[in-house]
Amino acid sequence: MSLLEHMPTTGRGRGLALTAAGLAWVAAYVLNEHLWDWLLYDALGLDSSARSTETIHFFLYDTVKITLLLVLIIFLVTVLRSYMSVERTRAFLGGKREGLGNVMAAGLGVVTPFCSCSAVPAFIGFVAAGVPIGVTLSFLIASPMVNEIAIGMLLTLFGVKITALYIGTGLLIAIVAGWLLGRMRVEKWVEPFVFETRLRGHAIDPAAGLTFDDRIAMGAEEVGTILRRIWPYLLVGIGLGAVIHGWVPTEFFTTYAGPGSTFGVLIAVGIGVPLYSNAAGIMPMVQALYEKGLPMGTLLAFMMAVVALSLPEMVLLRRVLKPQLLAAYVGVVATGIVAVGYMFNAVLAS
Amino acid sequence: MIIKVLGSGCTNCQNLEKVTRDALDELGIDATLEHVTDPADIASYGVMGTPALVIDDAVVVSGRVPTRTQVRNLLTAAGH
Repeated sequence: MSLLEHMPTTGRGRGLALTAAGLAWVAAYVLNEHLWDWLLYDALGLDSSARSTETIHFFLYDTVKITLLLVLIIFLVTVLRSYMSVERTRAFLGGKREGLGNVMAAGLGVVTPFCSCSAVPAFIGFVAAGVPIGVTLSFLIASPMVNEIAIGMLLTLFGVKITALYIGTGLLIAIVAGWLLGRMRVEKWVEPFVFETRLRGHAIDPAAGLTFDDRIAMGAEEVGTILRRIWPYLLVGIGLGAVIHGWVPTEFFTTYAGPGSTFGVLIAVGIGVPLYSNAAGIMPMVQALYEKGLPMGTLLAFMMAVVALSLPEMVLLRRVLKPQLLAAYVGVVATGIVAVGYMFNAVLAS
Repeated sequence: MIIKVLGSGCTNCQNLEKVTRDALDELGIDATLEHVTDPADIASYGVMGTPALVIDDAVVVSGRVPTRTQVRNLLTAAGH
């Protein structure tokens, strides 16, 4: 069942397996467009200038390209992040004051391997260890918002400048929002049982004692786990991207949400907050909408709103946070995203 | 022997339960296997990443799904 038990057992065997996987990846990435060109236009004889065939071509090409990018990004990120753990992060943050603590928490939120499904035990664990609530919230906001998959995909699709702006503004929102919520003396809005939880025994560090082979196997397994979880979102996202690419006239969006639009960012965040997908599913749409002239700030605000604020995570957090704090959390983060969207548009337009 | 899988019901938590059950079957150990989902209970073990595996009240794995062989070794090391 587990991949580790099927891995070659000699160091040389593993090296060869990794090299072969790398070469197969490069070959698939390079051949992707040619393969669909050949299959659709040469083998099946479809008309390459027809809108419907072009949409199909875009969908097939993008599905393979994005899946390949995801495989590489998830693998690399998992192997790198296996050196970090929530336990180590908590040890770093213990006894830190607000301010510096918020900055550290946001930065650690990006590099720590963390699933928002563990938000509740992590919240309790941080608070029980004496990490201030605002600092804990900075961590919980940054972790989904500055998403490692989004970073990898933005870097390959849009370049360094936009990726840097995304990371910088995402961190800024997490720092400021966590600090503000901490200032609001929100302890009274945390469910009382959190403060009564006593930790028995000592936590073990999942990042300790792993061999390099373990980390490689974890990376490969994580690729499978994440792809199995997100493929429906991915296909819907790429499908919408293909339809926008082929069928939506450029004037449609630029009229309502173009660079000069006053409400574009507000509308994007309004649509994004209740939507639930993940960074990988959103990226094909972001790319297609960008081609249609939507400004990057509006698109990043949309993406942040989709990934940072999700209903399932709110339902989980409701077990430790009272409705007032949950509402403040959503309000502060959404406001931050809107502000960043306008700032982004201003910076990129100048 | 009391074994607990701590998890919020996520996919990996189900995987860990399955791996543990398989390892127990292989070793022929008769143990009670509980799945703890209450967040306060999970946190009280000092666990912050789910899933986690607890053998006789000691956390042995947290934040990842170990292989069946690893679970077998942990069970053997726990003295059975």
